[in-house]
Amino acid sequence: MGMSTTTEALTPVRSGVKAKAGSFLRRTWPLHLMLLPAVILQFLFGYLPLGGLVIAFKDFKPYDGIWGSKWVGLEHFKFMFEYPDSKQVIINTALIAGFKIVCSIIVPFVFALLLNEVRRSSVKRTVQTLVYLPYFISWVFLGGILNDMLASDGIVNSVLKSWFGLEPILFLGDGTWFRIVVVVSDVWQQFGFGTIVYLAALAGVNPSLYEAAEVDGATRWQQTLHVTIPSLAPIVIVVGTLALGNILNAGFDQIFNLYNPLVYDKGDIIDTFVYRTGILNGQYSFGTAVGIFKSVVGFVLIVIGYRIAYKLADYKIF
Amino acid sequence: MYYKSTSYRLFTGLNYFILLVASVLCVLPIVHILAVSFSASAAANAHLVGLWPVDFNMESYTKTMNNPNFGRAFLVAIERTLLGTFITMAVITLAGYALSKENAAFKSRNAYAWYFVFTMLFTGGVIPSYIVVRNLHLMDTLWALVLPGAVQVFNMILLMNFFKATPKELEEAAFMDGAGHFTILFRVYLPLAMPAIATLSLFSIVGNWNAWFDGLLYINDYRNYPLATFLQTIIVQQDFSKLNPDVNELKNISQRTVKAAQIFIGILPVLLVYPLLQGYFVKGIVLGAVKE
Repeated sequence: MGMSTTTEALTPVRSGVKAKAGSFLRRTWPLHLMLLPAVILQFLFGYLPLGGLVIAFKDFKPYDGIWGSKWVGLEHFKFMFEYPDSKQVIINTALIAGFKIVCSIIVPFVFALLLNEVRRSSVKRTVQTLVYLPYFISWVFLGGILNDMLASDGIVNSVLKSWFGLEPILFLGDGTWFRIVVVVSDVWQQFGFGTIVYLAALAGVNPSLYEAAEVDGATRWQQTLHVTIPSLAPIVIVVGTLALGNILNAGFDQIFNLYNPLVYDKGDIIDTFVYRTGILNGQYSFGTAVGIFKSVVGFVLIVIGYRIAYKLADYKIF
Repeated sequence: MYYKSTSYRLFTGLNYFILLVASVLCVLPIVHILAVSFSASAAANAHLVGLWPVDFNMESYTKTMNNPNFGRAFLVAIERTLLGTFITMAVITLAGYALSKENAAFKSRNAYAWYFVFTMLFTGGVIPSYIVVRNLHLMDTLWALVLPGAVQVFNMILLMNFFKATPKELEEAAFMDGAGHFTILFRVYLPLAMPAIATLSLFSIVGNWNAWFDGLLYINDYRNYPLATFLQTIIVQQDFSKLNPDVNELKNISQRTVKAAQIFIGILPVLLVYPLLQGYFVKGIVLGAVKE
């Protein structure tokens, strides 16, 4: 083939197989070429936006461009902490995300334990197929469905009325209910998929541990307490600590497709706030500053979480 | 044997019940919306529909199909899904192969790897990305939807690990027969990596089909909206200002059964791909998580 003839022409031929393999390994231009498209795309859409973050320290006006706009230092950051709306938004975000993190650890864990007790694999597979499904559906469609079902005359309220005689509840029009809906529907969408990591860990538990427990006369509940749960502890610690980095990620896609001005006071989160003030109202610099605050907090927590995971469970990414 | 005891049998019964309820809850909303979409408008508006259509008819689907705006958005969504998946898979396969080489053989490997991993850790966020796309004059084009998210670093690393696990002897044998890197990638590695490539492609298809925010951000003309963005605007935000619909169209698209039909058509491609995906992804995820 063509490529090998050029290889031989450009490198001095040493003796035997070693030399040929050596010259092949040293020819790396095809590898650079293969990386080129990814490098260019990542420069444009990964690194250029990072450079664009300087506008958080400027008063960016589209007509002046990034370089032409004047520097304002930390003014936008100061404004963020003084402006009551943005303080409320930070509180909402941490609160909603905090509840989501706790539920996203506990519910899949318990569900995986229950699923693990199913001995018939056809039942197990059917359940898995059904509970993973919501994870793959976009929040646009789920939002459309929930808006319909949770309306004051929707199916949920009519069931509550005919079964329990309750008055209609404004699930998406009342701030507190809105937060509950957001957390519950997030659990509903994610818990199935979240079990995968635990099921994988359960499959890796050494069967001889159970056999030994069996010989010692342990009941299944005792086996769960003393074999299964300790075996899963490291993975739970890893999932939990790494989730810390999401404390300001309350789920843009979900909230944006469920909220409305009625619940802005309790349901508005950093990402939706950045989109509305930053893009829709054209306060690019302020929006970027809020975004940076979120990223920095998230990054610090990820580093802390990673260190804890490393200490407690000896977990390494690389 | 523990599973022969009475108390464990009792637990099994209860457990099956819990699992049944959870599974049913996961699909119930979709069944409900499907029932509404096939019901008569009057019954749906009176909220008589539960999980089975009332006065079965297909009117809402004919109305949806006859709406040229819906059809156009559907086509844009197909275009972006095909183009986006192709670009992503091409880019990450090539890069993943190059990164799978040993450090000794490819000295710049680590530098490249960090170049990509860095962008996983630090991102510019919505507003700077918006400014970049605007300054590159990509606004209102299909490229604005497919290029910014094309390099999926995480999937690239998964593929890299997959390539790394391929026996070195195959590569060496191919080289002895005179093959270069491109030939080795396409003739040796790709056929072996087909399960991984198929899994990642399916994920990419679902991701592209479901994406809606980039359309809202980068597309001004509603005629270029992909389906998810189009439905976000008219069903979730109920914003008809960009559409300028006539009175008849407005009446049609705001009808409850028609909304349900549009939502269901939006979900349908994912439901069709899902069985394929489901068979693959557990394997794929487990496979990518295995480190050497």
